[in-house]
Amino acid sequence: MRRTWFVAAAVIPVLIVSACSSRNAVNKPHNKAGGGKGGYGYKIAVVTHGSAGDAFWTIVQNGVKQAGKDMGDSVTYESDGDPTKQAALIDAATNAKPDGLVVSMANPPALKAAIARAEKAGIPVITINSGEAESKAYGALSHIGQDEVVAGRAVGTQLKTDGVHHAICVIQEAGNVGLEQRCDGVKQTLGGTVTNIQVDNNNLPAAQTIIKTKLQSDTSVDAVVTLGAQVAQVAEGAISQANSKAELATFDLNGDVAKAIEQGKIAFAVDQQPYLQGYLAVVMLTLYKSNLNVLGGGQPVLTGPNLITKQNAAAVAQLAAGGTR
Amino acid sequence: MTAATARVDERVAHVGVLRRLLLKPELGALVGVIVIFVFFAAQSDVFRSWNGAANWLDVSSALGLMAVPVALLMIGGHFDLSAGVQTATAGLATGIMTTYWGLQLYASWAVSLALMLTIGFINGFLVTRTGLPSFIITLGMFLGLQGLNLGVTKQVTNQVQVSNIDLVPGYHALNNILASTVTIGGAKFPIAIIWWVGFTVLGSYLLLKTRFGNWIFATGGDANASKNVGVRTGRTTIALFMMVSFMAWFVGNTQLIRFTSIQAQSGIGQELYYIAAAVIGGCLLTGGFGSVVGASLGALIFGMTEVGIVNVGWNSDWFKLFVGVMLLLAVLANQFTRRLAEQSRR
Repeated sequence: MRRTWFVAAAVIPVLIVSACSSRNAVNKPHNKAGGGKGGYGYKIAVVTHGSAGDAFWTIVQNGVKQAGKDMGDSVTYESDGDPTKQAALIDAATNAKPDGLVVSMANPPALKAAIARAEKAGIPVITINSGEAESKAYGALSHIGQDEVVAGRAVGTQLKTDGVHHAICVIQEAGNVGLEQRCDGVKQTLGGTVTNIQVDNNNLPAAQTIIKTKLQSDTSVDAVVTLGAQVAQVAEGAISQANSKAELATFDLNGDVAKAIEQGKIAFAVDQQPYLQGYLAVVMLTLYKSNLNVLGGGQPVLTGPNLITKQNAAAVAQLAAGGTR
Repeated sequence: MTAATARVDERVAHVGVLRRLLLKPELGALVGVIVIFVFFAAQSDVFRSWNGAANWLDVSSALGLMAVPVALLMIGGHFDLSAGVQTATAGLATGIMTTYWGLQLYASWAVSLALMLTIGFINGFLVTRTGLPSFIITLGMFLGLQGLNLGVTKQVTNQVQVSNIDLVPGYHALNNILASTVTIGGAKFPIAIIWWVGFTVLGSYLLLKTRFGNWIFATGGDANASKNVGVRTGRTTIALFMMVSFMAWFVGNTQLIRFTSIQAQSGIGQELYYIAAAVIGGCLLTGGFGSVVGASLGALIFGMTEVGIVNVGWNSDWFKLFVGVMLLLAVLANQFTRRLAEQSRR
């Protein structure tokens, strides 16, 4: 009996390893982009509101890391979706006396005091992604991001050109101000009807059925706008299952969305280039510390909306698979 | 002298039909299903069409599959807060082992099953050995797995999702088993619905017709008394946790195969819906009482509501309020029937 166990213990790993083959490994580990070594040696702290596991913030973080490598700075990245915890993270970063601080402000009033403490300690602050309206008043050097309403308007305009009259706007995170702003922007320029529907980002299978149901219940819908790349993939399936002719447009990007645009299943995507938000923030702080440069004299730097269409999708798809687009 | 004739043994006492019906744990959920169906069907012709039915059954099935073992576990007196996150762990494990490490699809399917059963065993083992509330033990597992899902996925893929499983040899066979569709009345019904019905029947049989089922009721009802009469409560508890993990494996892999990708944050928060479905279906939070069929009906109520609200064109912002009110009503109804049950025993 015991011998059987020994044999099994010896044979099973061999079986498992021999079941490996390169035909299965369709996802190759990515090649990290190369880069120079700046050797500035500044300490830069990044504190965002991105929740762990969010695809978008992973790309921001990749941008931060790469910029740190390229500039020769040492960078730290912390995040918490809860505003009070984010404020505590900012205080912790301030106490470590970095040469520069990068903050995303989804909830500006909650962070105001913590940012003021950092500035009082003589640390230059750049805000990224959200909080453009408050950035200057809070004493930040500059803001790097996309104006959500402007991005929404760009989508609305494009849809109008495509002849859309009735769009649904799929909100995957209840209570996120930025998402509501995107839908409002679409409404402003489309000229037709825009209906918002709510789905749950952590239950995408159900989200697909909800979108499908909406398309079946209301056949006048001729466009679906999603506000995140993962939901876009789900909506793509919903449209085909509902036999709907609705056009699909999305905010934000990932490899699969880029591929779908290439194949014509998604009409276009509006990318706010999260990689740039992370990368540029580190570069701008490095230039400020070393040469007192401020890009645009402190005006907001817009990283989007950047339209991804069939023409440029193929090249972007390759980069997206590596986690930089 | 009349004492002998006046007192009838309570176990053979006559109980009226209505009262006997009321004592069925799943009755409340069944009434709920009928009311909600009539409510939405009256207002939306899409809801009552074949296509509509396919939609709400689809949403219900993913929830219902998990509600079956979760209900069994609750009847056995425990919770599993890690149930939702486990579905992601299972899907991510299969996806990463296959598409990044090159393991054959069926082999990684099997390794993923072994991994999940181990997780279930750890949950059950810790609960029985330490005697701590399962709430705490599985809360730890819930948080731990969340971090593991995210950490490993990002480490391996540099993204937060695993995709392209459809490019792997053997995908289509697995797709037929887990994610194909059956066409009825021109509408495509996901095969997961059949699995759901099958597992509900199986779970109900296990609970009501086998010795193990008796052990579940006994363990959840009074663990100490059961132990004293020879019920292996420890084994029962561990087996129940492993059943939840088994179903998480099944559901997680179905999601991976069906959508050809799975996200690291998938499933978080779903565990509360599984528990809510079981409670609406008549399971008591204290254990010892409940029904598998009821839990599946509870899942059906959720599915019909979620889809129905969209069908009738309501603002879906209000969905959670509706669900919350329904849950409270169900719990109140359960409380009422339990009182009745206790009275009838006297």
